[in-house]
Amino acid sequence: MSSVDTSSDDSHKKGPGVKKAKKLSTRVDMTPMVDLGFLLITFFIFTATMSSPTTLPLNMPKDVEDEKKKTEVKQSSVLTIILGKGNQVYYYEGQLEVSEGKNNFKSSNFKDIRKIIIDKKKDVMSRFNAATADPESCAAEKELAKKNGDPDWENACKDMDFVVIIKPNEEATYKNTVDILDEMAINQVKRYAMVKVLPDENGLVKLTEASNGIK
Amino acid sequence: MPSIKMPKKSTDTDMTPFVDIAFLILSFFIMATKFKPPETVEIKTPGSVLSQPLPAKNAVMISMDSLNRVFFTVLSENDTKKYDAIIQGINTSQNLGLTPAEMANFKNVYMTGVPFSGLKQLLATPVSEQAKLRLPGIPVMDSANNQLIWWIQQAKIAFAGQTLNYLIKGDNNSKYPAFEAVLNALKKNDEFKYKLVTSLDGLPDGSELDKVQKRSKKK
Repeated sequence: MSSVDTSSDDSHKKGPGVKKAKKLSTRVDMTPMVDLGFLLITFFIFTATMSSPTTLPLNMPKDVEDEKKKTEVKQSSVLTIILGKGNQVYYYEGQLEVSEGKNNFKSSNFKDIRKIIIDKKKDVMSRFNAATADPESCAAEKELAKKNGDPDWENACKDMDFVVIIKPNEEATYKNTVDILDEMAINQVKRYAMVKVLPDENGLVKLTEASNGIK
Repeated sequence: MPSIKMPKKSTDTDMTPFVDIAFLILSFFIMATKFKPPETVEIKTPGSVLSQPLPAKNAVMISMDSLNRVFFTVLSENDTKKYDAIIQGINTSQNLGLTPAEMANFKNVYMTGVPFSGLKQLLATPVSEQAKLRLPGIPVMDSANNQLIWWIQQAKIAFAGQTLNYLIKGDNNSKYPAFEAVLNALKKNDEFKYKLVTSLDGLPDGSELDKVQKRSKKK
Protein backbone atom coordinates (compact mmCIF):
# COMPACT_ATOMS: atom_id res chain seq x y z
CA MET A 1 0.00 0.00 0.00
CA SER A 2 2.87 2.28 -0.59
CA SER A 3 1.06 4.07 -3.35
CA VAL A 4 -1.49 5.59 -1.03
CA ASP A 5 -1.13 9.28 -1.01
CA THR A 6 -0.62 10.56 2.41
CA SER A 7 0.16 14.08 1.49
CA SER A 8 -3.12 15.35 2.91
CA ASP A 9 -2.05 14.26 6.32
CA ASP A 10 0.94 16.44 6.51
CA SER A 11 -0.13 19.25 4.25
CA HIS A 12 -0.18 21.72 7.07
CA LYS A 13 3.40 21.13 7.78
CA LYS A 14 5.37 22.89 5.25
CA GLY A 15 8.83 21.69 5.06
CA PRO A 16 11.56 23.60 3.37
CA GLY A 17 11.19 21.62 0.16
CA VAL A 18 7.38 21.89 -0.12
CA LYS A 19 6.17 24.51 -2.52
CA LYS A 20 3.47 26.86 -1.43
CA ALA A 21 0.26 26.13 -3.30
CA LYS A 22 -0.58 28.99 -5.58
CA LYS A 23 -3.78 30.71 -4.65
CA LEU A 24 -5.99 30.59 -7.75
CA SER A 25 -8.09 33.62 -8.51
CA THR A 26 -11.84 33.02 -8.37
CA ARG A 27 -12.40 35.58 -11.05
CA VAL A 28 -13.64 34.27 -14.34
CA ASP A 29 -13.34 36.09 -17.57
CA MET A 30 -16.90 37.15 -18.27
CA THR A 31 -16.32 38.60 -21.72
CA PRO A 32 -17.46 35.57 -23.75
CA MET A 33 -20.56 35.29 -21.62
CA VAL A 34 -21.43 38.94 -22.22
CA ASP A 35 -20.80 38.46 -25.92
CA LEU A 36 -23.18 35.58 -26.05
CA GLY A 37 -25.76 37.43 -23.99
CA PHE A 38 -25.83 40.38 -26.31
CA LEU A 39 -25.90 38.15 -29.35
CA LEU A 40 -29.06 36.52 -28.03
CA ILE A 41 -30.56 39.91 -27.14
CA THR A 42 -30.12 41.15 -30.68
CA PHE A 43 -31.60 37.93 -32.02
CA PHE A 44 -34.70 38.24 -29.88
CA ILE A 45 -35.11 41.93 -30.60
CA PHE A 46 -35.16 41.22 -34.31
CA THR A 47 -37.54 38.30 -34.12
CA ALA A 48 -39.91 39.91 -31.64
CA THR A 49 -43.28 40.78 -33.13
CA MET A 50 -44.19 43.65 -30.94
CA SER A 51 -47.00 45.08 -33.03
CA SER A 52 -49.79 42.59 -32.84
CA PRO A 53 -52.31 42.78 -35.64
CA THR A 54 -55.66 44.39 -35.02
CA THR A 55 -59.02 43.82 -36.61
CA LEU A 56 -61.66 45.88 -38.33
CA PRO A 57 -65.17 44.54 -37.80
CA LEU A 58 -67.37 44.19 -40.86
CA ASN A 59 -71.01 43.25 -40.82
CA MET A 60 -72.79 42.34 -44.02
CA PRO A 61 -76.53 42.09 -44.58
CA LYS A 62 -78.27 38.95 -45.66
CA ASP A 63 -78.97 38.77 -49.35
CA VAL A 64 -82.58 39.61 -49.99
CA GLU A 65 -84.23 38.22 -53.10
CA ASP A 66 -87.60 39.81 -52.53
CA GLU A 67 -87.71 43.25 -54.16
CA LYS A 68 -90.24 44.52 -51.62
CA LYS A 69 -88.08 43.75 -48.64
CA LYS A 70 -85.06 45.59 -49.96
CA THR A 71 -83.97 48.59 -47.95
CA GLU A 72 -84.98 51.84 -49.53
CA VAL A 73 -82.88 54.92 -49.19
CA LYS A 74 -83.62 58.52 -49.95
CA GLN A 75 -82.06 59.60 -53.20
CA SER A 76 -80.97 62.98 -51.91
CA SER A 77 -78.98 61.54 -49.04
CA VAL A 78 -77.03 58.85 -50.83
CA LEU A 79 -73.40 59.06 -51.74
CA THR A 80 -72.13 56.36 -54.05
CA ILE A 81 -68.42 55.71 -54.07
CA ILE A 82 -66.87 53.57 -56.77
CA LEU A 83 -63.35 52.26 -56.35
CA GLY A 84 -61.33 51.80 -59.48
CA LYS A 85 -57.81 50.85 -60.37
CA GLY A 86 -54.72 52.87 -59.50
CA ASN A 87 -56.17 53.91 -56.13
CA GLN A 88 -58.74 56.11 -57.83
CA VAL A 89 -62.12 56.91 -56.36
CA TYR A 90 -65.22 57.95 -58.27
CA TYR A 91 -68.37 59.22 -56.69
CA TYR A 92 -71.77 60.67 -57.37
CA GLU A 93 -74.55 62.00 -55.20
CA GLY A 94 -78.06 60.66 -55.49
CA GLN A 95 -78.93 59.15 -58.84
CA LEU A 96 -76.32 58.88 -61.54
CA GLU A 97 -76.97 61.47 -64.23
CA VAL A 98 -74.68 61.66 -67.18
CA SER A 99 -76.04 63.59 -70.13
CA GLU A 100 -75.44 66.84 -72.01
CA GLY A 101 -74.80 69.60 -69.52
CA LYS A 102 -75.55 67.36 -66.58
CA ASN A 103 -72.91 65.22 -65.06
CA ASN A 104 -72.64 64.29 -61.42
CA PHE A 105 -70.05 61.59 -61.90
CA LYS A 106 -66.81 62.87 -60.44
CA SER A 107 -63.41 61.40 -59.81
CA SER A 108 -61.40 61.82 -56.66
CA ASN A 109 -58.75 60.06 -54.63
CA PHE A 110 -58.38 58.63 -51.16
CA LYS A 111 -57.02 61.88 -49.79
CA ASP A 112 -59.92 64.05 -50.87
CA ILE A 113 -62.74 61.61 -50.35
CA ARG A 114 -62.85 62.31 -46.62
CA LYS A 115 -63.85 65.93 -47.19
CA ILE A 116 -66.50 64.84 -49.66
CA ILE A 117 -67.98 62.41 -47.16
CA ILE A 118 -67.93 65.00 -44.36
CA ASP A 119 -69.54 67.66 -46.56
CA LYS A 120 -72.25 65.30 -47.71
CA LYS A 121 -72.94 64.22 -44.16
CA LYS A 122 -73.29 67.84 -43.04
CA ASP A 123 -75.55 68.54 -45.99
CA VAL A 124 -77.81 65.60 -45.15
CA MET A 125 -77.90 66.56 -41.48
CA SER A 126 -78.89 70.13 -42.31
CA ARG A 127 -81.83 68.88 -44.37
CA PHE A 128 -83.07 66.60 -41.60
CA ASN A 129 -86.79 66.87 -41.07
CA ALA A 130 -88.04 65.57 -37.75
CA ALA A 131 -91.60 65.32 -39.04
CA THR A 132 -90.83 62.68 -41.66
CA ALA A 133 -88.25 60.73 -39.67
CA ASP A 134 -89.03 57.47 -38.00
CA PRO A 135 -89.44 58.59 -34.35
CA GLU A 136 -88.67 55.19 -32.87
CA SER A 137 -85.24 54.65 -34.38
CA CYS A 138 -84.46 58.33 -33.87
CA ALA A 139 -85.15 58.04 -30.16
CA ALA A 140 -83.09 54.86 -29.94
CA GLU A 141 -80.17 56.58 -31.58
CA LYS A 142 -80.39 59.57 -29.27
CA GLU A 143 -80.52 57.26 -26.27
CA LEU A 144 -77.38 55.48 -27.43
CA ALA A 145 -75.51 58.72 -28.02
CA LYS A 146 -76.54 60.00 -24.59
CA LYS A 147 -75.30 56.83 -22.97
CA ASN A 148 -71.97 57.19 -24.74
CA GLY A 149 -71.59 60.69 -23.37
CA ASP A 150 -71.97 62.55 -26.63
CA PRO A 151 -72.48 66.24 -25.75
CA ASP A 152 -74.28 66.68 -29.06
CA TRP A 153 -76.68 63.82 -28.51
CA GLU A 154 -79.73 65.89 -29.48
CA ASN A 155 -78.50 65.82 -33.04
CA ALA A 156 -77.47 62.18 -33.02
CA CYS A 157 -80.21 60.92 -35.28
CA LYS A 158 -79.95 63.71 -37.83
CA ASP A 159 -77.65 61.64 -40.00
CA MET A 160 -79.91 58.62 -40.04
CA ASP A 161 -80.83 59.21 -43.66
CA PHE A 162 -77.22 59.40 -44.77
CA VAL A 163 -76.15 56.29 -46.62
CA VAL A 164 -72.88 55.62 -48.37
CA ILE A 165 -72.86 52.95 -51.03
CA ILE A 166 -69.46 51.47 -51.70
CA LYS A 167 -68.92 49.81 -55.03
CA PRO A 168 -65.45 48.42 -55.60
CA ASN A 169 -64.97 47.28 -59.17
CA GLU A 170 -62.91 44.29 -60.23
CA GLU A 171 -59.69 46.31 -60.41
CA ALA A 172 -59.95 47.71 -56.91
CA THR A 173 -57.54 46.20 -54.45
CA TYR A 174 -58.33 44.84 -51.04
CA LYS A 175 -56.38 47.73 -49.54
CA ASN A 176 -58.68 50.22 -51.24
CA THR A 177 -61.69 48.39 -49.87
CA VAL A 178 -60.34 48.38 -46.33
CA ASP A 179 -59.32 52.02 -46.66
CA ILE A 180 -62.81 53.10 -47.61
CA LEU A 181 -64.34 51.03 -44.81
CA ASP A 182 -61.87 52.72 -42.52
CA GLU A 183 -63.02 56.07 -43.84
CA MET A 184 -66.54 55.14 -42.78
CA ALA A 185 -65.27 54.49 -39.27
CA ILE A 186 -63.24 57.70 -39.18
CA ASN A 187 -66.18 59.85 -40.23
CA GLN A 188 -68.69 57.89 -38.17
CA VAL A 189 -70.89 57.01 -41.10
CA LYS A 190 -73.37 54.69 -39.47
CA ARG A 191 -75.03 53.36 -42.59
CA TYR A 192 -73.04 52.07 -45.47
CA ALA A 193 -73.37 49.20 -47.84
CA MET A 194 -71.01 47.32 -50.08
CA VAL A 195 -72.66 46.55 -53.38
CA LYS A 196 -71.61 45.15 -56.72
CA VAL A 197 -70.81 47.81 -59.31
CA LEU A 198 -73.34 48.21 -62.14
CA PRO A 199 -72.19 47.75 -65.74
CA ASP A 200 -73.05 51.36 -66.75
CA GLU A 201 -71.13 52.75 -63.81
CA ASN A 202 -68.19 50.53 -64.51
CA GLY A 203 -68.28 51.66 -68.15
CA LEU A 204 -68.04 55.26 -66.99
CA VAL A 205 -65.15 54.36 -64.70
CA LYS A 206 -63.33 52.73 -67.60
CA LEU A 207 -63.91 55.77 -69.83
CA THR A 208 -62.66 58.15 -67.15
CA GLU A 209 -59.65 55.98 -66.53
CA ALA A 210 -58.83 55.97 -70.24
CA SER A 211 -59.13 59.76 -70.53
CA ASN A 212 -57.11 60.35 -67.36
CA GLY A 213 -54.47 57.88 -68.44
CA ILE A 214 -54.64 55.72 -65.32
CA LYS A 215 -53.03 52.36 -65.65
CA MET B 1 16.30 61.59 -8.68
CA PRO B 2 13.66 60.02 -6.64
CA SER B 3 10.96 58.81 -8.87
CA ILE B 4 7.37 58.69 -7.72
CA LYS B 5 6.03 55.25 -7.93
CA MET B 6 2.61 55.25 -9.48
CA PRO B 7 0.35 52.58 -8.10
CA LYS B 8 -0.37 50.14 -10.85
CA LYS B 9 -4.08 50.16 -11.47
CA SER B 10 -5.74 47.11 -12.88
CA THR B 11 -7.51 47.60 -16.17
CA ASP B 12 -9.96 44.88 -15.26
CA THR B 13 -13.45 46.09 -14.58
CA ASP B 14 -16.06 44.18 -12.73
CA MET B 15 -18.34 42.88 -15.45
CA THR B 16 -20.93 41.36 -13.17
CA PRO B 17 -23.54 44.19 -13.21
CA PHE B 18 -23.13 44.39 -16.96
CA VAL B 19 -23.86 40.71 -17.30
CA ASP B 20 -26.80 41.03 -14.94
CA ILE B 21 -28.41 43.71 -17.07
CA ALA B 22 -27.68 41.87 -20.28
CA PHE B 23 -29.40 38.75 -19.07
CA LEU B 24 -32.29 40.72 -17.63
CA ILE B 25 -32.95 42.25 -21.02
CA LEU B 26 -32.45 38.89 -22.64
CA SER B 27 -35.01 37.18 -20.45
CA PHE B 28 -37.47 39.99 -21.14
CA PHE B 29 -37.16 39.53 -24.87
CA ILE B 30 -37.42 35.77 -24.61
CA MET B 31 -40.66 36.11 -22.70
CA ALA B 32 -42.07 38.87 -24.89
CA THR B 33 -41.34 37.08 -28.12
CA LYS B 34 -44.16 35.21 -29.69
CA PHE B 35 -42.99 33.35 -32.71
CA LYS B 36 -45.00 33.78 -35.83
CA PRO B 37 -46.41 30.58 -37.23
CA PRO B 38 -44.63 29.55 -40.39
CA GLU B 39 -46.49 31.28 -43.15
CA THR B 40 -46.67 29.59 -46.46
CA VAL B 41 -47.30 32.87 -48.20
CA GLU B 42 -46.47 36.38 -47.21
CA ILE B 43 -49.42 38.65 -46.67
CA LYS B 44 -49.07 42.36 -46.02
CA THR B 45 -52.22 43.62 -44.39
CA PRO B 46 -53.56 47.13 -44.93
CA GLY B 47 -53.76 49.61 -42.08
CA SER B 48 -56.87 50.65 -40.25
CA VAL B 49 -57.63 53.04 -37.41
CA LEU B 50 -59.75 50.62 -35.44
CA SER B 51 -57.87 48.67 -32.83
CA GLN B 52 -59.80 45.67 -31.71
CA PRO B 53 -57.42 42.90 -30.73
CA LEU B 54 -57.21 39.82 -32.85
CA PRO B 55 -58.71 36.68 -31.36
CA ALA B 56 -56.13 33.91 -31.33
CA LYS B 57 -58.40 30.98 -30.75
CA ASN B 58 -61.84 29.82 -31.78
CA ALA B 59 -61.36 31.46 -35.09
CA VAL B 60 -61.21 30.63 -38.73
CA MET B 61 -58.90 32.71 -40.82
CA ILE B 62 -59.37 33.13 -44.53
CA SER B 63 -56.36 34.65 -46.21
CA MET B 64 -55.94 36.14 -49.63
CA ASP B 65 -52.49 36.74 -51.02
CA SER B 66 -51.38 39.15 -53.72
CA LEU B 67 -52.04 36.55 -56.43
CA ASN B 68 -55.66 36.26 -55.26
CA ARG B 69 -55.15 32.76 -53.93
CA VAL B 70 -57.40 31.91 -51.02
CA PHE B 71 -56.21 29.97 -47.97
CA PHE B 72 -58.11 28.51 -45.08
CA THR B 73 -56.72 28.35 -41.54
CA VAL B 74 -58.27 27.03 -38.37
CA LEU B 75 -57.07 28.77 -35.22
CA SER B 76 -57.77 26.53 -32.28
CA GLU B 77 -54.71 26.53 -30.06
CA ASN B 78 -56.12 24.64 -27.13
CA ASP B 79 -58.37 22.15 -28.77
CA THR B 80 -56.79 20.08 -31.51
CA LYS B 81 -59.90 17.93 -31.80
CA LYS B 82 -61.42 20.68 -33.90
CA TYR B 83 -58.90 20.08 -36.64
CA ASP B 84 -59.79 16.41 -36.74
CA ALA B 85 -63.49 17.16 -36.77
CA ILE B 86 -63.14 19.55 -39.70
CA ILE B 87 -60.99 17.32 -41.86
CA GLN B 88 -63.18 14.32 -41.14
CA GLY B 89 -66.23 16.31 -42.15
CA ILE B 90 -64.52 17.40 -45.37
CA ASN B 91 -63.42 13.84 -46.05
CA THR B 92 -66.90 12.39 -45.68
CA SER B 93 -68.78 15.14 -47.47
CA GLN B 94 -66.39 15.22 -50.43
CA ASN B 95 -65.57 11.49 -50.59
CA LEU B 96 -61.85 12.15 -50.63
CA GLY B 97 -60.79 8.80 -49.17
CA LEU B 98 -58.13 10.22 -46.87
CA THR B 99 -56.28 7.81 -44.61
CA PRO B 100 -56.26 8.45 -40.83
CA ALA B 101 -52.58 9.39 -41.03
CA GLU B 102 -53.30 11.98 -43.68
CA MET B 103 -56.13 13.40 -41.64
CA ALA B 104 -53.87 13.58 -38.60
CA ASN B 105 -51.48 15.66 -40.66
CA PHE B 106 -54.13 18.35 -41.18
CA LYS B 107 -53.47 20.05 -37.85
CA ASN B 108 -49.87 20.60 -38.84
CA VAL B 109 -50.81 22.46 -41.97
CA TYR B 110 -51.09 26.12 -41.10
CA MET B 111 -52.67 27.35 -44.30
CA THR B 112 -54.66 25.05 -46.51
CA GLY B 113 -54.64 26.36 -50.04
CA VAL B 114 -55.54 23.54 -52.39
CA PRO B 115 -58.76 22.40 -54.06
CA PHE B 116 -60.33 19.20 -52.74
CA SER B 117 -58.70 17.25 -55.55
CA GLY B 118 -55.25 18.25 -54.30
CA LEU B 119 -55.94 17.75 -50.62
CA LYS B 120 -54.83 14.13 -50.53
CA GLN B 121 -51.48 14.99 -52.03
CA LEU B 122 -50.99 17.93 -49.66
CA LEU B 123 -51.79 15.89 -46.55
CA ALA B 124 -49.66 12.97 -47.68
CA THR B 125 -46.64 15.28 -47.81
CA PRO B 126 -44.80 15.93 -44.54
CA VAL B 127 -45.12 19.53 -43.37
CA SER B 128 -41.44 20.26 -43.82
CA GLU B 129 -41.68 19.50 -47.53
CA GLN B 130 -44.97 21.24 -48.17
CA ALA B 131 -43.25 24.50 -48.99
CA LYS B 132 -42.10 22.94 -52.23
CA LEU B 133 -45.62 22.11 -53.30
CA ARG B 134 -47.42 24.44 -55.62
CA LEU B 135 -50.45 25.83 -53.81
CA PRO B 136 -53.12 27.01 -56.22
CA GLY B 137 -55.43 28.26 -53.45
CA ILE B 138 -58.97 27.16 -52.68
CA PRO B 139 -61.20 27.70 -55.73
CA VAL B 140 -63.71 30.44 -54.92
CA MET B 141 -64.19 32.52 -58.04
CA ASP B 142 -66.65 30.15 -59.67
CA SER B 143 -69.86 30.62 -57.70
CA ALA B 144 -71.05 27.12 -58.63
CA ASN B 145 -67.89 25.56 -57.24
CA ASN B 146 -66.98 27.79 -54.33
CA GLN B 147 -65.20 25.22 -52.19
CA LEU B 148 -64.70 27.64 -49.34
CA ILE B 149 -68.40 27.18 -48.55
CA TRP B 150 -67.68 23.58 -47.56
CA TRP B 151 -64.75 24.49 -45.38
CA ILE B 152 -66.76 27.11 -43.51
CA GLN B 153 -69.66 24.72 -43.17
CA GLN B 154 -67.46 22.06 -41.56
CA ALA B 155 -65.84 24.64 -39.28
CA LYS B 156 -69.30 25.75 -38.19
CA ILE B 157 -70.22 22.16 -37.35
CA ALA B 158 -66.96 21.58 -35.47
CA PHE B 159 -67.36 24.76 -33.42
CA ALA B 160 -71.09 24.29 -32.84
CA GLY B 161 -72.22 25.87 -29.60
CA GLN B 162 -69.15 28.11 -29.34
CA THR B 163 -68.48 31.52 -30.73
CA LEU B 164 -66.49 31.28 -33.89
CA ASN B 165 -64.76 34.36 -35.21
CA TYR B 166 -64.29 34.80 -38.91
CA LEU B 167 -61.08 36.57 -39.73
CA ILE B 168 -60.38 37.76 -43.21
CA LYS B 169 -56.77 38.58 -43.92
CA GLY B 170 -56.08 40.07 -47.27
CA ASP B 171 -52.95 41.32 -48.94
CA ASN B 172 -52.79 44.98 -49.91
CA ASN B 173 -52.65 44.04 -53.56
CA SER B 174 -55.25 41.31 -53.71
CA LYS B 175 -58.16 42.30 -55.89
CA TYR B 176 -61.71 42.92 -54.78
CA PRO B 177 -63.37 39.97 -56.62
CA ALA B 178 -61.48 37.48 -54.44
CA PHE B 179 -62.67 39.32 -51.34
CA GLU B 180 -66.22 39.35 -52.68
CA ALA B 181 -66.06 35.60 -53.34
CA VAL B 182 -64.91 35.01 -49.77
CA LEU B 183 -67.77 37.15 -48.47
CA ASN B 184 -70.20 35.22 -50.64
CA ALA B 185 -68.97 31.91 -49.24
CA LEU B 186 -69.50 33.24 -45.71
CA LYS B 187 -72.93 34.62 -46.58
CA LYS B 188 -73.97 31.27 -48.02
CA ASN B 189 -73.33 29.85 -44.55
CA ASP B 190 -75.45 32.57 -42.96
CA GLU B 191 -72.48 34.26 -41.38
CA PHE B 192 -72.58 38.01 -41.57
CA LYS B 193 -70.09 39.26 -39.02
CA TYR B 194 -66.44 39.23 -39.87
CA LYS B 195 -63.23 40.75 -38.67
CA LEU B 196 -60.73 42.06 -41.15
CA VAL B 197 -57.15 41.65 -40.03
CA THR B 198 -55.31 44.95 -40.26
CA SER B 199 -52.31 46.68 -38.81
CA LEU B 200 -52.86 49.73 -36.68
CA ASP B 201 -52.81 53.15 -38.30
CA GLY B 202 -52.76 56.52 -36.63
CA LEU B 203 -56.08 58.28 -36.31
CA PRO B 204 -56.39 61.68 -37.99
CA ASP B 205 -56.75 64.44 -35.42
CA GLY B 206 -60.09 66.14 -35.07
CA SER B 207 -62.05 63.55 -37.02
CA GLU B 208 -65.39 62.32 -35.76
CA LEU B 209 -63.98 59.01 -34.55
CA ASP B 210 -61.17 60.84 -32.78
CA LYS B 211 -63.73 62.85 -30.80
CA VAL B 212 -65.65 59.72 -29.89
CA GLN B 213 -62.55 57.90 -28.69
CA LYS B 214 -61.33 60.87 -26.66
CA ARG B 215 -64.73 61.05 -25.01
CA SER B 216 -64.71 57.41 -24.02
CA LYS B 217 -61.18 57.76 -22.65
CA LYS B 218 -62.23 60.64 -20.39
CA LYS B 219 -64.94 58.55 -18.77
